[in-house]
Amino acid sequence: MIGRGQGNLPKRPVLPAAGTGETCVFIPSLVNGITMGSIYALMALGLSLVYGILRILDVANAGAYTLGAYVGVTVFRLTGSWWVALVAGAAVAALLGFILQRFFYVPILAKGPIIPLIASIGVFTALEEAYRLIFGPYIIEFPARVPLPDLRIAGVPVTGVQLLIVIVAVVVLVGTWYVLGHTRMGLAWRATAQDAEVAQAMGIDARKVTGWNFLLGYALAAVAGVLVAINYDAVYPTMGDMPAYKMLAIIVLGGLGNPLGTIAASLLIGLVETFVAAYVGFLLPRDSIAFVALIVILLVRPQGLFTRGAVAK
Amino acid sequence: MTYFLVVGVTVAVFAILALSLNIIAGYAGQPHLGQAAFFGLGAYTAAILSTRYGVSFWLDLPAALLVAGLVGVILGVISLRLARDFLAITTIGINFVMVAIFQYVPFFGGAMGIPAIPSPAIGGHEFGYRDFFLTALVLVVLVAALSAYLERTWFGAALKAIKDDEQAAAAVGIQVASYKIAAFVLGTALAGLAGGFYAHFMSVVTPNGFGFPVSVSILSMLVFGGLGTIRGAMAGAILLGILPEVFRFISNYRLLVYGFLLLFMVRFQPQGIVGEDSWLVRRIARLAAVLRTGGARRDTAGG
Repeated sequence: MIGRGQGNLPKRPVLPAAGTGETCVFIPSLVNGITMGSIYALMALGLSLVYGILRILDVANAGAYTLGAYVGVTVFRLTGSWWVALVAGAAVAALLGFILQRFFYVPILAKGPIIPLIASIGVFTALEEAYRLIFGPYIIEFPARVPLPDLRIAGVPVTGVQLLIVIVAVVVLVGTWYVLGHTRMGLAWRATAQDAEVAQAMGIDARKVTGWNFLLGYALAAVAGVLVAINYDAVYPTMGDMPAYKMLAIIVLGGLGNPLGTIAASLLIGLVETFVAAYVGFLLPRDSIAFVALIVILLVRPQGLFTRGAVAK
Repeated sequence: MTYFLVVGVTVAVFAILALSLNIIAGYAGQPHLGQAAFFGLGAYTAAILSTRYGVSFWLDLPAALLVAGLVGVILGVISLRLARDFLAITTIGINFVMVAIFQYVPFFGGAMGIPAIPSPAIGGHEFGYRDFFLTALVLVVLVAALSAYLERTWFGAALKAIKDDEQAAAAVGIQVASYKIAAFVLGTALAGLAGGFYAHFMSVVTPNGFGFPVSVSILSMLVFGGLGTIRGAMAGAILLGILPEVFRFISNYRLLVYGFLLLFMVRFQPQGIVGEDSWLVRRIARLAAVLRTGGARRDTAGG
């Protein structure tokens, strides 16, 4: 079970790669890195889409991640089906996203760039407290069985859940890439991201684009939340804490508002974290690696790793 | 009595922090979500100097100010290179990294922090709660006076110009880079001062005392009171500092209330309660005008 221990999210002890020699750390690290990267990509993509349109940094997106996990585990207890749980979590979170943007974010857009960020921190804090009060402060188990077998790749165990995470991530990311690049909806998104006023003048309903944007962004975060909860068999109120801020670092590295750059940055950070933790044994905890990387990279390339606009061909 | 003094000192420390953040975020309009890192830097400086080198409280304070300000120079230089949103996230990152350093680098005492920081003394008289409170009040008044002075100087005017429109400010000959760096240095140095004082007051520093949530609290106070004004920073620190003490029964829902308060504040009253042109201030101004003119000429009221 090296695999599960290594790819841990915050708030739970991160196990070092103990008991594994130098030679056999590579493949497990790769597996973990890709799994983590996929989860980061799912979460960061929604955030990046939102930034692309509204230019707001939405910390509350991680509230959808936790909400997805809680709704998921509740529905799972009722139905016993992991995929119904996944869909329900995504649906409820999407609704939350829609309500938030309609009643809070859109009305305060004109009030300065930092104001929405502060509001989103307020929303996130309130959401986490609400989860704690409703579901209790303890860890809830999420013992879902996924219909994928546990594999061994080159002698390394890969769990069915990890496999599922990667598959869902690939499907969702390819789907998003297709929608953005090849549909009217995607065209409207890109036009609005590039210049909202001109897009509006061309007959694109910016309100609608923004609404869909949040629906999708929050649903993606919730999917990530459900999958992570199944992977670690745990749902708890503060599970969104570290993802909330780490995702900001990732979308900055990806060149704010650039979906493809965001996906690349997610995989990069997932892999770097895992390999640094496995080989170098970084002085600082694994969760601060993303921020150290962020600060170093921004000093060298102030515009981010991947410059904006790669998707808007 | 002790209880009131302890609350009073804590509120005063947060008032200094809100005022210090106000120089960066309020006057200069720069996003800074990591002020707790500099608060912590000052606290750890004072803690290490006093417990390991026997430096006195009175020298610790300037040292804490200096160290935080020096690191503030780095942040100031970074701020020149980054666009606004990038900077906001970088400051969050700095806060997380700083706490991780406090926690994992043995020099800073690890997760347990640094205990047994001595109380200050004047001529053999060791500080009691009352002395701490009075010192804190003096510090608040000094920092507020400095802020008030800044507002009236060319420096304050330049920062406001940068906040409104950086390019226009540069076009009229304002040295944008040096003024921005100066704002960061001043703001972070004052947070360091607050930290140095707080370390001696608490007699122990731990990494968690300076985490990102503390930065959010400082920012909440400033936004709640009124970004860009001295009275706003003070009112925010006092109200949000005392609120949880008064409403003990909501202690379980404290963060929930904080979150909603912040949200509804920026949604409906982004100027803050007593900020520039806020509902309350307009009301008071109107009332004052009505009183002055005897209510005869309503059309001039509020102007």
